[in-house]
Amino acid sequence: MMNSIVTNQHTELLTKPSLLRIYFMEAKCEILRVLRTPDFTIPALIFPIMFYTFFGIIFTMGPKMPTYLLATYGTFGVIGPALFSFGVGIAIERGQGWFDLKEVSPMPASAYIIARIAVTFFFSLATVILLFTMAAVFGGVALFTSQWLLLATVLILGSLPFCAIGLAIGLYVSSSGAPAIVNLIYLPMAFLSGLWIPIMMFPELMKTIANVLPAYHLAQLSLKVVSMDIGDSVFLHLGVLAAYFILFMFFAAKAYYKKDKS
Amino acid sequence: MNSYEPANRIAVIENLSKYFKDTKALGNINLCIKSGQVTSILGPNGAGKTTLINILLGRLSASEGHVEIFSRAPGDIVVKRKCGAMLQVSSLPDTLTIKEHLELFQSYYSNPMDYQTLIELADLVDIEHRFSKNLSGGQKQKLLFALAICGNPKLLFLDEPSVGLDVKARKNLWKAINRLKQQGTGIVLTTHYLEEADHLSDHIVMLNNGQIIQEGTPEEIKQAVNFKKIIFKSSLPLSALSELEATTEVAKSGTYFEIKTTNTAASMKIIFDLVEDISELTITAAALEDAFIQLNEPSTTNNLAA
Repeated sequence: MMNSIVTNQHTELLTKPSLLRIYFMEAKCEILRVLRTPDFTIPALIFPIMFYTFFGIIFTMGPKMPTYLLATYGTFGVIGPALFSFGVGIAIERGQGWFDLKEVSPMPASAYIIARIAVTFFFSLATVILLFTMAAVFGGVALFTSQWLLLATVLILGSLPFCAIGLAIGLYVSSSGAPAIVNLIYLPMAFLSGLWIPIMMFPELMKTIANVLPAYHLAQLSLKVVSMDIGDSVFLHLGVLAAYFILFMFFAAKAYYKKDKS
Repeated sequence: MNSYEPANRIAVIENLSKYFKDTKALGNINLCIKSGQVTSILGPNGAGKTTLINILLGRLSASEGHVEIFSRAPGDIVVKRKCGAMLQVSSLPDTLTIKEHLELFQSYYSNPMDYQTLIELADLVDIEHRFSKNLSGGQKQKLLFALAICGNPKLLFLDEPSVGLDVKARKNLWKAINRLKQQGTGIVLTTHYLEEADHLSDHIVMLNNGQIIQEGTPEEIKQAVNFKKIIFKSSLPLSALSELEATTEVAKSGTYFEIKTTNTAASMKIIFDLVEDISELTITAAALEDAFIQLNEPSTTNNLAA
């Protein structure tokens, strides 16, 4: 589709390749990777849906439960692929020496990141569609169209700070250590942020602790869409998520642009 | 197809030194990479080859001295777009086909090589739709070579390009390298196959303990080794030539004697006096391998970080 049929006279004048095309090609390859590794992709998609079906639909403890857990399991569902795709994926490519090859190639660093963000969004979208379908059809969740759309947007865009955290992990941790590290962050954070058990049931101290966790703030934003949040300001949640994003992008950039790494 | 730079110098390295904490990995390297030439960097493991390549690729910084590629700092994106690199990669992401890998890498360059030309040059025509997980070691090397050249680089780094290649594939690789050279690409090669370096190089740089111990054309390097090899067949035992052993190196394998001498005429005279049943006599200049061994002998005890 893109073969280099471009003629030489033309291209000698061009000093830069098309950035948009690089983004497109990089994203295409990442999406192919996801589609071609169903043994990783399908469990990652099924996991939050299964949880939601058990606790939100089958063993539901009240009429509001399916809606509440839709927001929190939605959060759980979008965080995982972001952390794993970036954290584990990059650590593995670094371990193979493949990352070195990309690093010395003229690939813009932004292409590598944007491609993976695209994949994460693609993944999040699939999770959201599956979860929403389960919730609407079997959980009896009824929302306004605007709420469905807003919730989907919050969840999909909300994976960004977790992409940044994953990116930093992927650039600092070895390929053998990355899966363990990611799980060690993902699962306890999910629990402590009230993604599995509603935060209202937590003792005071744990509620306070939850305030430092980005997953808690994304869950609160999602809950705000369905008017079931604890009542803090939208700006507090957005601010904490933005701070996490900036902080970890900074760490990642530091690792990426550092010379003389061993 | 590529335009020559007036001075055809594409990379200049001046007084380059590199330290890793207390160890000196490279000391006072001066080197010039020219377009249309193959510059080979040879040396034992730990000599500093990888360090030097990594500095040229912009992955390591120079501790002292100055390095400039296309009049810019190594690692600059503009420089990267004019370069291609074949590194040692343990495994490839296995979910893409050869074609997909190549098209992705081509997109990074402003003037990529025509796809068909590329797969012909890299000998990937029949396997372009194969997934990289199903490739043999040799096919993987061919793909890495193709990735390195897909952008029509003006400077090409090849780190051990023929590892795992069979004879036919190696010959094909040499052909491709020569073709790129003719088009004006400057090539930096590291290899353990001295025959390869001898065949391809315009300029050889011998590194040991982070220093350039010798450099020049393959012929100059070989001439730096001042001995010749006398080989002949005889039924006499090794001890029969003990008179020679005082001044030369004498060895016997099977019925063949091998004598390394700095004075061919004198040695020949002694040999003719002592040996009557000489057959299959040859006198050859030292091979690059002999030069390599001799040059690296004095200082093999110091181990430096690679």
